[in-house]
Amino acid sequence: MTNADSEFVGPVSEIAPSRGWVALKLRELWAYRELLYFLVWRDIKVRYKQTALGAAWAIIQPFFTMVVFSVFFGSLAKMPSDGIPYPIFAFAALVPWTFFANGLTQASNSLVGNSALIKKVYFPRLAIPIAGVLSNLVDFALAFVVLLLMMVYFKLWPTVAILWLPLLLLLAFVTALGVGLWFSALNVEFRDVRYVVPFLTQFWMFATPVAYPSSLLHEPWRTLYGLNPMAGVVEGFRWALLGNANAPGPLIWASATAALVILVSGAFYFRRMERTFADVV
Amino acid sequence: MGDLVIRAEGLSKRYRIGAHPRAYRTLRESVVEAAGAPLRWAGAAMRRQLRGAAGENEIWALRDVWFEVHQGEVLGLIGRNGAGKSTLLKILSKITEPSAGRVRVAGRVGSLLEVGTGFHPELTGRENIFLNGAILGMRREEILKRFDAIVDFSEVERFIDTPVKHFSSGMYLRLAFAVAAHLDPEILLVDEVLAVGDIRFQQKCLGKMETVGREGRTVLFVSHNMPAILRLCERAILLDEGHIVADGQAQPIVARYLNLDQTVQETIAEVEWPHPADAPGEEGVRLKALRLRSASGAPQAEFDVREPIEVEIQFWVLDEAPNVVPMFRVYNEHGVCVFAAAPTHDGLFAGRSRAAGTYTARCRIPGDFMAEGTYALEIAVRTLFPRRFFVPRVKLLNFRVHDRGMGDSVKGEYRGVWPGTVAPVFDWRSEFSPRVESAG
Repeated sequence: MTNADSEFVGPVSEIAPSRGWVALKLRELWAYRELLYFLVWRDIKVRYKQTALGAAWAIIQPFFTMVVFSVFFGSLAKMPSDGIPYPIFAFAALVPWTFFANGLTQASNSLVGNSALIKKVYFPRLAIPIAGVLSNLVDFALAFVVLLLMMVYFKLWPTVAILWLPLLLLLAFVTALGVGLWFSALNVEFRDVRYVVPFLTQFWMFATPVAYPSSLLHEPWRTLYGLNPMAGVVEGFRWALLGNANAPGPLIWASATAALVILVSGAFYFRRMERTFADVV
Repeated sequence: MGDLVIRAEGLSKRYRIGAHPRAYRTLRESVVEAAGAPLRWAGAAMRRQLRGAAGENEIWALRDVWFEVHQGEVLGLIGRNGAGKSTLLKILSKITEPSAGRVRVAGRVGSLLEVGTGFHPELTGRENIFLNGAILGMRREEILKRFDAIVDFSEVERFIDTPVKHFSSGMYLRLAFAVAAHLDPEILLVDEVLAVGDIRFQQKCLGKMETVGREGRTVLFVSHNMPAILRLCERAILLDEGHIVADGQAQPIVARYLNLDQTVQETIAEVEWPHPADAPGEEGVRLKALRLRSASGAPQAEFDVREPIEVEIQFWVLDEAPNVVPMFRVYNEHGVCVFAAAPTHDGLFAGRSRAAGTYTARCRIPGDFMAEGTYALEIAVRTLFPRRFFVPRVKLLNFRVHDRGMGDSVKGEYRGVWPGTVAPVFDWRSEFSPRVESAG
């Protein structure tokens, strides 16, 4: 049996066991972008079907957290808030935070949740956690509108720094996806990861300057603190929208670097583990 | 350019199994191990997940599989459960990786491993068509173009905008298959999707697959439905425990597969129990003997197609029993019951009860009736109404019918396979007239 490709009717692709680290195959992922769109669309459509409050849930979560924070941290504990009224100080952080936390949770559970698909159909598995994070953009948009309304209420006008917002959102996305890739791949083998995630998210929120300002820390601690990518996102959001007195500066660069490292390492780990997904999930 | 579309070379797939299926572990177990030796644990954990730990039980779902498929072939994959058929399709679909070996594929592959993959109950039929189509690999324009054809095929037009969770299972299946049926891959892999659904649905599926085959696409079809395999496939591959056992023309391979399921391949002309104590049966009825004889009375299991077959059944009634009657069935190689026979008009079995004693019933299957092939004879002793079995149905004898090809059977001078479950010779009355003219 010769192995000449000319014996085949057309271009030949090969299916063989992969060893070690596997290429990310981003081009193939791009070819499947329509499927990614449909997965996101499905998640969004399904999330609020048959719920009484529908999309209002996207706003309720950050809003009521803000109310509780304002009462206990803002009024009673008298937390400093960089010269901004505490409620909006907290809300401007909660909006991107909620996007991140929900994106991370959904991405982490995405592989196990879509096990039927994984066992029966081929498509780049990276699409699944990506769809998990992306589907929260709609919720984010709704909460963002409420944030803008609050800014009007508090008579705070955005500076030109608002142009940074898309980049900061991207940073939050990259972080959620990066950690989500790690967790979703781990969750396939170790099912208790899904119980770690809520606890981790809670803890992470307090390690992020959501309820308090990062200016509580002095340099160089403040920059090191930026290794938590969400610190950069949250402070960046506040600065871009509300004209924070303390510009985050180097803190954001630390955040961006950390996020990229997590994303790239997560992607490679995911791709390496991918070959076992259909068998184990 | 040749016409090969698939070539599998030494494909193997190994799965981990165990008394405690360790499909997934908990972090706690791993942490306890890790506490001992962190780095070693991390490496071992990764290796374990990727390769399967030494010492755990492993099974080879596929072992060193080699085959080629040419363009336009409709190939049937058959074998017992666990033979490796679905695993092979999964590897060809890139859902799971081979453990060794490789496959080279030329052409777009579409897989139908399950009908309705990705259907979400909360979404409407329309929405699910788009979702399922995208999942199967269709572009949005393709789905739009075929949307009407899909809805038409599925016959659920009235309900297309209702959430699918309100569909009956039949509607659900029809819609799911309709989407999949309009996939346009060059290579189509189908896995037992016909196992569910009513007769009409199965016929529709088969019809569509026939069309696909006729259009010159390559199809690999896994099924337990032998008539469907015979209808669609010219070629078949028989898998057993991960190995290819046979690869060639569908008909003989299907026959061989069905023999594989029966543990007996030799012919058996008679069985006998000398003592009622060991004989099969219950409640005072025991089977004594079951025999096949030639017309001359000698025990025989190989018959010519023209020869009559004598069947002899003997059973004991130990105490008085209700109106039991012996009944036998003849099954062919395809598992089809060719006929059932019982002495319903015999005076001995007419009464309301049977006295204790030995009963012998003989009948003659006429010659020029049975088709060529291998048959199993199944016996039972029962009351017809109410339905109660005293010797439960059991296949005890095997016999073969041959056509020696002397020209005197129904086949005449024909040398090929005569179709049909039976092969009777009828009386034909024919006429000829040298004129060609219209009636009236």
